[in-house]
Amino acid sequence: MPAVSKGDGMRGLAVFISDIRNCKSKEAEIKRINKELANIRSKFKGDKALDGYSKKKYVCKLLFIFLLGHDIDFGHMEAVNLLSSNKYTEKQIGYLFISVLVNSNSELIRLINNAIKNDLSSRNPTFMCLALHCIANVGSREMAEAFAGEIPRILVAGDTMDSVKQSAALCLLRLYKTCPDLVLMGEWTSRVVHLLNDQHMGVVTAAISLITCLSQKNPDEFKTCVSLAVSRLSRIVSSASTDLQDYTYYFVPAPWLSCKLLRLLQCYPPPEDGAVKGRLVECLETILNKAQEPPKSKKVQHSNAKNAILFEAIALIIHYDSEPNLLVRACNQLGQFLQHRETNLRYLALESMCTLASSEFSHEAVKTHIETVINALKTERDVSVRQRAADLLYAMCDRSNAKQIVAEMLSYLETADYSIREEMVLKVAILAEKYAVDYSWYVDTILNLIRIAGDYVSEEVWYRVIQIVINRDDVQGYAAKTVFEALQAPACHENMVKVGGYILGEFGNLIAGDPRSSPLVQFNLLHSKFHLCSVPTRALLLSAYIKFINLFPETKSTIQEVLRCDSQIRNSDVELQQRAVEYLKLSSIASTDVLATVLEEMPPFPERESSILAKLKKKKGPGAVSVELEDGKREGGELNGGGERGDTPAMSASNASTPSPSADLLGLRPAPAVGSAPPSVGSLLVDVFSEGPAAASAGVNDDGFLSSAPPPAASEEPAPPLPEAEDLLNKFVCKNNGVLFENQLLQIGIKSEYRQNLGRMYLFYGNKTSVQFVSFSTAVSCPGELPTQLNLQTKTVEPLIEGGAQVQQVVNIECLTDFIDAPLLNIKFRYGGALQNITLKLPVTINKFFQPTEMVSQEFFQRWKQLSQPQQEAQKIFKSGHGIDTEVVKAKLLGLGTALLENVDPNPENFVCAGVIQTKGQQVGCLLRLEPNAQAQPGEQMYRLTLRSSKDTVSKRICDLLSEQF
Amino acid sequence: MMQFMLLFSRQGKLRLQKWYVPLSDKEKKKITRELVQTVLARKPKMCSFLEWRDLKIVYKRYASLYFCCAIEDQDNELITLEIIHRYVELLDKYFGSVCELDIIFNFEKAYFILDEFLLGGEAQETSKKNVLKAIEQADLLQENLDFQIRLFPGCQRSRDSKECSRRDRIDINTMALHQAVHLTLPAACLFA
Repeated sequence: MPAVSKGDGMRGLAVFISDIRNCKSKEAEIKRINKELANIRSKFKGDKALDGYSKKKYVCKLLFIFLLGHDIDFGHMEAVNLLSSNKYTEKQIGYLFISVLVNSNSELIRLINNAIKNDLSSRNPTFMCLALHCIANVGSREMAEAFAGEIPRILVAGDTMDSVKQSAALCLLRLYKTCPDLVLMGEWTSRVVHLLNDQHMGVVTAAISLITCLSQKNPDEFKTCVSLAVSRLSRIVSSASTDLQDYTYYFVPAPWLSCKLLRLLQCYPPPEDGAVKGRLVECLETILNKAQEPPKSKKVQHSNAKNAILFEAIALIIHYDSEPNLLVRACNQLGQFLQHRETNLRYLALESMCTLASSEFSHEAVKTHIETVINALKTERDVSVRQRAADLLYAMCDRSNAKQIVAEMLSYLETADYSIREEMVLKVAILAEKYAVDYSWYVDTILNLIRIAGDYVSEEVWYRVIQIVINRDDVQGYAAKTVFEALQAPACHENMVKVGGYILGEFGNLIAGDPRSSPLVQFNLLHSKFHLCSVPTRALLLSAYIKFINLFPETKSTIQEVLRCDSQIRNSDVELQQRAVEYLKLSSIASTDVLATVLEEMPPFPERESSILAKLKKKKGPGAVSVELEDGKREGGELNGGGERGDTPAMSASNASTPSPSADLLGLRPAPAVGSAPPSVGSLLVDVFSEGPAAASAGVNDDGFLSSAPPPAASEEPAPPLPEAEDLLNKFVCKNNGVLFENQLLQIGIKSEYRQNLGRMYLFYGNKTSVQFVSFSTAVSCPGELPTQLNLQTKTVEPLIEGGAQVQQVVNIECLTDFIDAPLLNIKFRYGGALQNITLKLPVTINKFFQPTEMVSQEFFQRWKQLSQPQQEAQKIFKSGHGIDTEVVKAKLLGLGTALLENVDPNPENFVCAGVIQTKGQQVGCLLRLEPNAQAQPGEQMYRLTLRSSKDTVSKRICDLLSEQF
Repeated sequence: MMQFMLLFSRQGKLRLQKWYVPLSDKEKKKITRELVQTVLARKPKMCSFLEWRDLKIVYKRYASLYFCCAIEDQDNELITLEIIHRYVELLDKYFGSVCELDIIFNFEKAYFILDEFLLGGEAQETSKKNVLKAIEQADLLQENLDFQIRLFPGCQRSRDSKECSRRDRIDINTMALHQAVHLTLPAACLFA
């Protein structure tokens, strides 16, 4: 078609583009662009009215400049003017500009919508299509509000042209995705479904995307589409390659439509109607048969289109997971592809087989391809294909082939691409644990893992091996012997030293009988690594040493000598120094009995989900490790598990120095917890006199995704709290655990526990990216008069968080007296060079220090009356945010920390609660009454909340906090 | 659903961008930078698919141009590859042996053709005939403006011999475009 030259060439535009192309440098280009922008601006501002052609030309130039990556801040009005031109090309350029450079300027949106409205009602199909394309391209809420009602009518009207119907269907889809609440199909549902029967293949192709999306959201209303889709599919599949004329693509009839039909069917279970189901199975068999036929063309387009349908059909077969015959055929077909010369097909076959491996019908069939897959892992030249092969090996692993697969993965790890090593390590660790029959194999595997890929072994992995060794006494001797041997290597990874230190500290006695691994030899071996290790590892080793003193009294003097030397006892690191001092003292003054009790062997860890598995799930997102999720089916003989989080306090060696290791998950004991962590930890004490960060001027950069901007000028100042900090705080008033904050980069989780006037909060900082965070630092501060009310202690965190890794920080909290403000948590780190500076409110609220108090009705009202002074009461009447659900309300009140008192209020609708707030200085009794008017219309429902307490500030604060919760 | 489509040259110059999900300009630029880099770093025989964030990237090279689409997890890679091919066919038919320069000088046409073919990230009309008919009808609606002296009478056609040699043509009929890999294409070095 000799099309292009048809009279719309804009000479000025072509000249301009040529000019730009001739620019020799970036500067020259920018200069030329600025000149042009100035020219256009003056033309737009000039007195002379521009004719349509010029306007079009200039708008088009602006568009070109924008697409080159420059900002455009004018010309929108001129573009909107073009929309109402009756010359098609002008209108078209106007719409293109609007589609590419939407501006949320409400004034303009109204004008744009007006122009669209005119075109939609113009009955000129070309204009209507332009308008619909614009709506679909912009897809804003304003447009949905204006047109969501109109478009379904256009879509189903009898006199609408086919091309308009196609645009209307996809336009509606876009609006539905933007604002599902505004697109109401209701009466149109059945007519939309029947578009599947439309004679025009293009209409069906467009409409089916809309129907698929709607079916996912409202499967019941759209379920009639299943039989229509099956019969349409059947007609296409059985048609000769020429029947469908222009919808045949390289001898494949309607490949796009076929794929979309198969995709729609995946929204539903297998058809119940026998005839429909029979027809569908026939279709699927035909598709599988065609894969075996010789190709009708040598062109790759032919085989791609054909195989696209085949893979979609296989996806449907896997989705149904009920036809063993089809599943096995699918698997065989994929098996052929595994050896295909097209890399694309090998990739897709590996990917698709991964899902097949989880079906009980095809798991065995998938396993027969193990050699091919192992070969792929070794020989594929493309890392993304190797990655798929590794995924498939992981998916097909079971007890019968675990040793082989783990061995292959381990050997692959030695040469694996850096990008996938960490994930591979996690997978190996999980498989080794899950399918271990003998634990010595498990221990060997993990130690090998550390040897081969030590840098990629995350904490979870080595925590886990320790948990398992501690829980299985039959493997402890072997583990001690193996780590002892592993540590002999001249250069061994620090993670190996950690595992070695821990295990020898616990179980070194099991191998001490052998003179080659006598206590002193063990100690010297460990200590030879000491100086090369980082602070946390040294801390762990110090704990191992004190355990040695308990296990082997003969090492006492040597170890005391080591602890006593200046590099320990005067170490500049407080943690190391403290341990050295305390351990030295402990070993000299405690009697053998006391020592034995204090340094007793670790108790077994409670069985929980493997922390590694949790990590992999987090890395890969739900579904990716589906094979592992069938925990119910776990075959016998698995290992005893360990703690859910590798960071259980028993792991942190600092607890080794506290008497009798506690099984309490949070290691939170009432008074001694804080007592035993005296302010000596407090080199890190918050600077309580620091100014509230409100004065700080640094810009908030909460959107890490966009953080390529240079760091804010005042980069060292903590940012002011995020605008949503207060809302985030409110989320935690009635709960203690959850995710406090999340953006593209960082997730902050919280676990906290409170007893009396003390609390301990664990903050988990997770790096969601694959890139490490550097200069990571956090600071907790108390604004205003909070320092006199609340005492907070934390330790610094490691300045580095690896991609995908998580670090934790403990905050010890002591409530001195009642308080209102929340402490602030400032987090700073660099991600890809850009400084991130986030300030949040730490969810420590006065109600956390509630002790519930039970009382009977008479007692309650007696106290209620005693607290009758006006300032002791705080009251609020507020609208219910989410409707009134008794169970939800009860849960929230319990979460608040008070006792929920039954049969106290004469009106059973009302809720009353009582509790005592514990602070260091005093106790504040608190009574609460919440009266809902549940009978009111939804939307009108109100609460009245009344608080009475012996202290006015407490009443008011709790009233404020709680009223935000409903 | 397709989330976006990018066309860029071997030199990393973006030639066309179509976004089917709302993103800020900043985000778009970041994504473009990242993907152009990733795709250009890949070797010719590698597979056309890769995982990227939670999306799947499907790309293919035609002469000096890379066509790169991002689709969602449940979408079909192979059919997306053929979406790309069909779009190339449409461009080829419309411009007549399309080359990168056609897309540079007539970028608006490239957008119009794409809008007829894909809408909201889904295939709207897969028949080549029907798409071209729609574009042709639109062209017929165009006024003939006398004052348009065409300095580049079909800036597409005239430079064929000089600027855009045969080898830059996006040859839709051969998959093996690797011959072109080592060629530097002066016509394609737009603003370097």
